[in-house]
Amino acid sequence: MLKIALAGNPNCGKTTLFNDLTGSSQYVGNWPGVTVEKKEGKLKGRKDIVITDLPGIYSLSPYTLEEVVSRNYLLNDHPDAIINLIDGTNLERNLYLTTQIIELGIPVVLAINMMDVVKKNGDRINVQQLEKAFGCPVVQTSAVKGVGSKEAAFKAIELAKKGKVLVPKPIFSKPVEDTLETISASISKQVDPTRLRWYAIKYFERDEKVLAAHPLPDDRLENVETTIREVEDRMEDDGESIITNERYEYIEQIVRHSVHRFEKKLTISDRIDRVVTNRFLSLPIFIAMIWFVYYVSVTTLGSIVTDWTNDTLFGTWVTEGATHLLNSIGTADWLNGLIVDGIIGGVGTVLGFVPQMMILFFFLSLLEDSGYMARVAFIMDRLFRRFGLSGKSFIPILISSGCGVPGIMATRTIENDHDRRMTIMLTTFIPCGAKMVIITMFVATFFHHSSWVAPTMYLLGIAMIAFSGIILKKTKMFAGEPAPFVMELPAYHLPSLKGVLIHMWERSKHFIVKAGTIIFIACGLIWFLSSFGWNLRMVEDVDHSILAGLGNTISWVFAPLGFGSWKGTVATISALVAKENAIGTLAVLNGVADEENTRAVIAGIGSMFTGVSALSFMLFNLFNPPCFAAIGATSREMGGIKWTMIALGYQVLLGYALGFVTYQLGSVLFLGHSFGFGAVLALVIIGIAIYLLVRPVPAANKMILDRGQHAGA
Amino acid sequence: MKTLKEAKPGETVVVARVHGKGALRRRIMDMGITKGTQLFIRKIAPLGDPVEINVRGYELSIRKVEAESIELV
Repeated sequence: MLKIALAGNPNCGKTTLFNDLTGSSQYVGNWPGVTVEKKEGKLKGRKDIVITDLPGIYSLSPYTLEEVVSRNYLLNDHPDAIINLIDGTNLERNLYLTTQIIELGIPVVLAINMMDVVKKNGDRINVQQLEKAFGCPVVQTSAVKGVGSKEAAFKAIELAKKGKVLVPKPIFSKPVEDTLETISASISKQVDPTRLRWYAIKYFERDEKVLAAHPLPDDRLENVETTIREVEDRMEDDGESIITNERYEYIEQIVRHSVHRFEKKLTISDRIDRVVTNRFLSLPIFIAMIWFVYYVSVTTLGSIVTDWTNDTLFGTWVTEGATHLLNSIGTADWLNGLIVDGIIGGVGTVLGFVPQMMILFFFLSLLEDSGYMARVAFIMDRLFRRFGLSGKSFIPILISSGCGVPGIMATRTIENDHDRRMTIMLTTFIPCGAKMVIITMFVATFFHHSSWVAPTMYLLGIAMIAFSGIILKKTKMFAGEPAPFVMELPAYHLPSLKGVLIHMWERSKHFIVKAGTIIFIACGLIWFLSSFGWNLRMVEDVDHSILAGLGNTISWVFAPLGFGSWKGTVATISALVAKENAIGTLAVLNGVADEENTRAVIAGIGSMFTGVSALSFMLFNLFNPPCFAAIGATSREMGGIKWTMIALGYQVLLGYALGFVTYQLGSVLFLGHSFGFGAVLALVIIGIAIYLLVRPVPAANKMILDRGQHAGA
Repeated sequence: MKTLKEAKPGETVVVARVHGKGALRRRIMDMGITKGTQLFIRKIAPLGDPVEINVRGYELSIRKVEAESIELV
C-alpha cells in the first residue's frame, strides 16, 4: 500500500486533480479553503494506491488550523510521496510552499497545473530549469481537461517505490546557511535525521510548535540562540522574516530564468472585477444577485416544482399507488397506516422540497465556483467587522443558507479563534434549506403566501447575527484582536457545468440521504407513538396516544411561547433530529394521507396555531439549536464540551426569548389579550437586549481589546 | 514612515519592511509581501475598507489596519 499526498495552494485545482485521479465526485470550489478536511480516495484502477487530498495552504507555518493539519499529516503520517500541485499562472506564490515541502524529506513531484491557461496567455515555462532548481521531477498538467494527471501520479508512484529521499539544496544566503549548519549540529540528536534541515530551519524561525515538541537542553538552546541572534543583528531582521524573504528571493531568481511571460493586457477577470466590485455598483449588484437567487429558487420556479411534487407526485400518485398496491396484497390495516400515513406522508412532505433546494444549491454553487464569493467577502468585510466578525464569516453564513453542517465546517478558514467560534455559534441563525421547509409551510398556512415573510426571516437571521456579534464581542469571552483579513481574490472563471452539478448534487444528496434514513425512522417512530396507546393497542383518537402522553409531560416548557400543546412540543423535539422533521411530524400527527396532501397539512397545522403562536413556533424553531447533525459539527469544530455548551446555551436562550417576546406581545397587540405578567417580562427582555447592545465595552475587557489591537497592528 | 495604508489606488509602491508580530505578520509575508516586493494598489472596497492590491501577479485583499504594518520605501 502506497500513500500519496496532494498538497498545494488553495484554488490551484487540487480537488479537480483528486477527482480525476480517484474518479470520485469531491466537491470543487473556487474560494480559498474549500477542502477543510483531508480526503482520501484510491487511484482509479489501482487499489493499492491511496491518494490524500490535503487542505489548500500557502505555507507550512504553525499558525492556521489548516496549515497545522497539513503539516502534521506530512510529518507524522509518512506519505510515500507528495504531488505538489502548482498554479502555472501564479508561479511565484505557489513555489513558496514548494520550497518548504521539499525540506520534509519525502519524495516530491511538482505538477504545474492550468497549463491550458498558461499557453492561452502566451506564457512559456521552462520545465528543465525548474527540475534543476528543485531537484525533483516536474510534470505539466491541466486537471480540468484531465491532461497530465496520470503522468503525475505514475511519477509519484515511481519515486515512492524507489524511496529516494529528496535532498534539499541550499537556497539561502551564506550567513543563513552557515547558521543552519550550526543549528543542525546542536539538534541532530533530538530530531529525525532525514529531516534535519527542516528542523534546523524551524529552530531558526523559532517555530513554537517545533520548539515545544523537541525541547533542547538549556546549554544547547543558549548556543543556538546566540548564533541565530548574531545573524539577526547582522541582517537587522528576525529569523522568521529572514527565511521568508530569502525563500521568495530564491524563487524570483528561478522564475526569472525559467518563465517567459507574454506582455499582459487587461484580462477578462480584471474587466469583470471592475464592474462587480465597483465602488457604486457592487452593493446593488450583490443585493440583486441574492434577491434573484432566492426569488427564483423559493418563490417562482421553486414553488412550482414544490407544489407539483407535494400535491401531484407524493400527494396523489405515490399515495394512491401505494394504497392500491397494499389493498391488492391485502395487508393489515396498521401496516397500511404505517406506510401511507407514517412514511409516505412524513418523508414525502420533506422530499417534496428537494427540487426547490436543488435549484437553490445550483445557484449557490454557480456563485461559489465562479469566484464571486471571495469578492462578496471583500465587499462585506467592513460591515461584518462592525459586528465583531470578518468578511470571511460571510462565506460560512452564505453556505449555511443551504445547510449548516458545511457552513460550520467552512469556518476553518477563519484564523482567529474568537471569530471562528463566534461564526460557528451564529452561522446557523440564517435559515437553512431545512428551515426553509418550515418557513414555506407556515407562510402557506398563516400568511396567505405573502412574499415578504420568507425574506424577512432571512433578514431577521442576519439581524440576529449582527445583534449577537455586537453583544458577544463586549463579553470577556470574545474580546480580543480582530482576525487578519489577508485573503486571495482568485481569478474569475467560467464554472464548468459538470463541476456545478457535482457540487449541487453533493449538497442535495446529504439532504436526501437524511430524508431516507433519519427522517424515515423518525416518521415511523412518531407514527407508532401517535397511533398506539400505552396498552400497545391502536387508538382512535391521537389524544390518547403514547406520544400525547409524553408530549403533555413537557409541553409546559413551551406554553409561554404559545404552542404548549403536545403536538407543538413533539414537533419541536423532532425538529432537533432534522429541522424539516417539524413539518413531517405535523403532517403525520394530522393524519395526512389525503388526496390533497398539502392542503390537509395546512388545515391540520392551521387548527393548531393562531397567527401569533405560529410565528412564535417558527421563530423558536429557526433560532434554537440546529439539528443534531449541525450540533455534532459544532461540537467537533469547537473542540470541547465547554464551547459547545456555550453555543447551544446561547441558541436556546435567544430562540426562547424571541418566541416568548413575539407571543406575549403579539397576543396583547393582535389578539386582544390583557396586558399581564408575561407581557411585562417580554418588555423587560427587550430592555435587557437594548442595554446589552448599547452598553459601553466594560473597562476590563476594553483593556484586552486595546492590547489585542495593538498586537495586531 | 509611509505605510501601505496611505497608498492611493493606481499607485505602484515597494515594500521596505513588515512590522507587527506573530500570525498576522507571518501571513502577510507568506502571501509574498516581503522586503523589496512591488505592490500595485488596485482599488478600495465600496465601503472604504479593505484594499485590493496586486502582488507577485495575483490579487490580494488586505484591511487598512493590516496595511498599516507594511512600511513602504
